[in-house]
Amino acid sequence: MDKKLEPIVQALQEKFGATLEEFRGEAHVFVKPEQIVETLTLLRDTYKFELLSALTATDYWPQGSPRFHVIYQLSSLAENVTTQIRVPVNGDQPKVPTVTRVYDLANWREREVADMFGIEFEGHPDPRRILMPQDWNGHPLRKDYPLGYEEPQFTFNLEEIDLQKPYAKE
Amino acid sequence: MPQIEEVNVDQFRHLVSERALTGETMLLNMGPQHPSTHGVLRVLLELDGETVINAIPDIGYLHTGIEKNMEAKTYLKAEVMTDRLDYMNPIGNNLAFSMAVEKLVDLDVPPRAQALRVILTELQRIASHLVWLGAFGLDLAAMSVFLYCFREREIILDIFELCSGQRMMTTFVRPGGLWRDVPVEFETAVRNFLKIFPKRVDEYEALMTKNPILMDRLVGIGKLDAATALSHGVTGPTLRASGVNWDLRKARPYMGYEQYDFNVPTRTEGDTFARYIVHIEEFRESMKIIEQALNKLPMGPVHSDNRKFVPPPRSEIGVSMEALIHHFKLWTEGFPAPKASVYSAVESPRGELGVYLEGDGGPKPHRVHMRTPSFDNLSVLDKITKGHLVADLVAILASIDIVLGDIDR
Repeated sequence: MDKKLEPIVQALQEKFGATLEEFRGEAHVFVKPEQIVETLTLLRDTYKFELLSALTATDYWPQGSPRFHVIYQLSSLAENVTTQIRVPVNGDQPKVPTVTRVYDLANWREREVADMFGIEFEGHPDPRRILMPQDWNGHPLRKDYPLGYEEPQFTFNLEEIDLQKPYAKE
Repeated sequence: MPQIEEVNVDQFRHLVSERALTGETMLLNMGPQHPSTHGVLRVLLELDGETVINAIPDIGYLHTGIEKNMEAKTYLKAEVMTDRLDYMNPIGNNLAFSMAVEKLVDLDVPPRAQALRVILTELQRIASHLVWLGAFGLDLAAMSVFLYCFREREIILDIFELCSGQRMMTTFVRPGGLWRDVPVEFETAVRNFLKIFPKRVDEYEALMTKNPILMDRLVGIGKLDAATALSHGVTGPTLRASGVNWDLRKARPYMGYEQYDFNVPTRTEGDTFARYIVHIEEFRESMKIIEQALNKLPMGPVHSDNRKFVPPPRSEIGVSMEALIHHFKLWTEGFPAPKASVYSAVESPRGELGVYLEGDGGPKPHRVHMRTPSFDNLSVLDKITKGHLVADLVAILASIDIVLGDIDR
């Protein structure tokens, strides 16, 4: 872990009871969902993390609690350090408070995570789907969502499959 | 057959002004099929006459589920999909993904491969900026620049074809190094390009930079201040044109970028013209890097000799049983990666291209997230187009350099 990062992680541990995991020099700090707005505000204002590089999530299905981790990758331009905040979320009705008021980037990225994982961001100003069509069912990046495929058409089953295809017929 | 539903204004009610609901201002779709949106992007415009009140981008038309697909493929096979993300920067995407895999499994890259990766990604950066410049000119009705830019881009694509057999989707950079060493003609081809290209950049500048019509169209249009840019996660040339000196090649050097002497072009105005100048300057800086890397290109292997992760060369397979086993195992089962996650980022022509890669102990990734720069760069569009004309919106959209494959993934 970067020397410059140690006091920051220590502050988070004292203030929020955060836990730390390290891997290949990266610091992953775990905080509770209700603390995320306060954590990111503190990091932005006090420790100069001006840039929220990435906001994404990962799914640990069939594990139920926590099922998801919402991941906030932060960069400080002034100090040239990065850190990762992870928020474990339970599987039934996953909810995290929105951080759009802290970083504008969160607006679209939270929409993407909500679209792909079905995690609700409470208080989001524009909670529409972003990549999938508005009337889509399900959340594609969840692990229990099938990858899906289309049955190949050969001469013997061409018409049979054609009947099931969604496009307009005469 | 699904019914075609009429679009309900209600779902946009919170995004448009009150005047749109009374019909005082007009709601108009620009795209998804529009030559100036650089792909399939729909921008919902709220217009007062010809003035943009709100511009709401609607993305997802090119969504191909690359992140989901990668979860079903081994690391070596998943890399092939990264070419298709940002199709103007396939080698840079390969590099970003390969670096994430190397970090996850702790794999070293020999110095020759590092130097060649730098040369190839910088060539790719020039090629990408050439397409940017050509399309930018085209959007401003300067047709000739487009033709010149594509002429030079062909030279670079020919170099890629020479190395990998492919012009665009090369998959040349692999975890642990490169697919194979470059042919002997490579150096001559690159040096030839370096000889031709500086004069061509001057030609573009003669055509565009001091052109009064162009200045009228660009200066003071689409101003983006540094604080807004950072909050929106805007990176790359767009951020540097707003006065923030942030380039991952300098800030967190990878692949030996610290050995090369180059500047990070920065402007403070933050308008469309500043973004244009930064792109032009980056041509020259990339050429500097390529020349230095080529001058001290070390000899040696181009991929790691750790056979647990890197497939053996063809010549070994016929004579070594272990090589045959490794070849077979790596291309069928793949190599296992630890149950952990890494985030690694490179500077793509558009900004910070980050890869969040999580292994699950098996040969396939548990989760791959590509933090693509175009996505976040586009999110600022609404803020910087307010109050400008529709024609300026086209110029701004061209200047922030979006690639829809990069946005929709």
